[in-house]
Amino acid sequence: MRGVKASERVRVALTLNGRKLAAEAEPRTLLCDFIRHALGATGTHVGCEHGVCGACTVLIDGVATRSCLTFAVQAEGREVKTVESLAAPDGALSPLQQAFRDNHALQCGFCTPGILMSFTDYLSRNPHASEAEIRDVLSGHLCRCTGYAGIVAAIKQAARGGS
Amino acid sequence: MKPRPFDYLRPDTVEEAVALLAEYGEEARVLAGGQSLVPMLNLRIVEAEALIDISRITALDVIRDHGQTIEIGAAVTQNKLMAWPQLQQKLPLVAAALPHVGHFQTRNKGTVCGSIAHADPSSELPLTLALLGGEIVLKSKRGERVLTAKEFHKDMLTTARAGDELIVAVRFPVANGAGVAFREVARRHGDFAIVAVAAIAENKNAVRLGVGGMAGKPAVRKVPASDSAAAIAAWADELEGYEDLHASAAMRRDLFRNLAPLVVGEAIRCAA
Repeated sequence: MRGVKASERVRVALTLNGRKLAAEAEPRTLLCDFIRHALGATGTHVGCEHGVCGACTVLIDGVATRSCLTFAVQAEGREVKTVESLAAPDGALSPLQQAFRDNHALQCGFCTPGILMSFTDYLSRNPHASEAEIRDVLSGHLCRCTGYAGIVAAIKQAARGGS
Repeated sequence: MKPRPFDYLRPDTVEEAVALLAEYGEEARVLAGGQSLVPMLNLRIVEAEALIDISRITALDVIRDHGQTIEIGAAVTQNKLMAWPQLQQKLPLVAAALPHVGHFQTRNKGTVCGSIAHADPSSELPLTLALLGGEIVLKSKRGERVLTAKEFHKDMLTTARAGDELIVAVRFPVANGAGVAFREVARRHGDFAIVAVAAIAENKNAVRLGVGGMAGKPAVRKVPASDSAAAIAAWADELEGYEDLHASAAMRRDLFRNLAPLVVGEAIRCAA
């Protein structure tokens, strides 16, 4: 059994984007804050902090998860992936990222990391998703700039195999 | 916002979890998927001295087919149940309701039992469990007890669970060959339903109808299969509905009066 007192700070070890990392956290430290402040990966954005906007979505063991609704200590020993994991080491964009660029699917970009992580998970389960399915999954994210048209077009492009 | 400090406890077994609940009682909250609890903690609507995280208890992450009932363990996520190959055949009503539960992203973590434990008056899973006449299995150091959905769900966000009890599973009865239908009205897909309606047609003459979002808990009753509109309209007035940020009581009654006959019709056609 794992037990941490409210007043304690414990060392939380996890794999972030393929690297084994550890840092201190309180039980109440949210995973999004832990990733950004303790581990220094600021690609994950924090919007509403109650699970509505989807900006903070990351993959935990491959599954798209709201990192503001997960405590850092819950991700102990897990493999966490953030938007920083998507591009190749030489900077080449993933097909989904490239599709976002091709379709002008972002303006301010605040919501983008979360959407990319959601669809990295979803398209791996359903690679040829229909527009209706894409719109259904996209309903778990809020974008205040684009009107969603570019985002839907980009994800459709990625679901067609990037063409 | 960030939650207030709490002790974090992650038991490896049901026995450890139950022992912790006996120790902390109502001062503790059970954390499974956290999709309802953590927003409330973050917004400081809820406070807890301790969180007991059951999400890694493998014995609770199981879907069991008992023939007449399907038992869903407390760590089973909504998406895991949605991906269960037998769902459409064994629990078609649950299959119809699940896509309306939150979003893909929240269903990845949110559990079936957690939604029922949370007991939101308009949420889909408590409604389907009530309409199907399902059961909730509770465990404490004092022993195990099984409550019907009707006994369990007391009122808005209020259940019969005692402070030292852990919901270990829920049991959905298998609806053999019955026609089912589910519809809801929400501001946007994935939002909390304003009114949710579900129906089971066992044959062409008898339809059981359930509604969420009209009272503190799901309401269930039999309605005539043909010309159900009058009975539904009378029932809407009886239930009254309630007013919140999203809708007035009158709008809820209107939605129910208009939506329910469609759902009844769909269930009958589905049974035919």
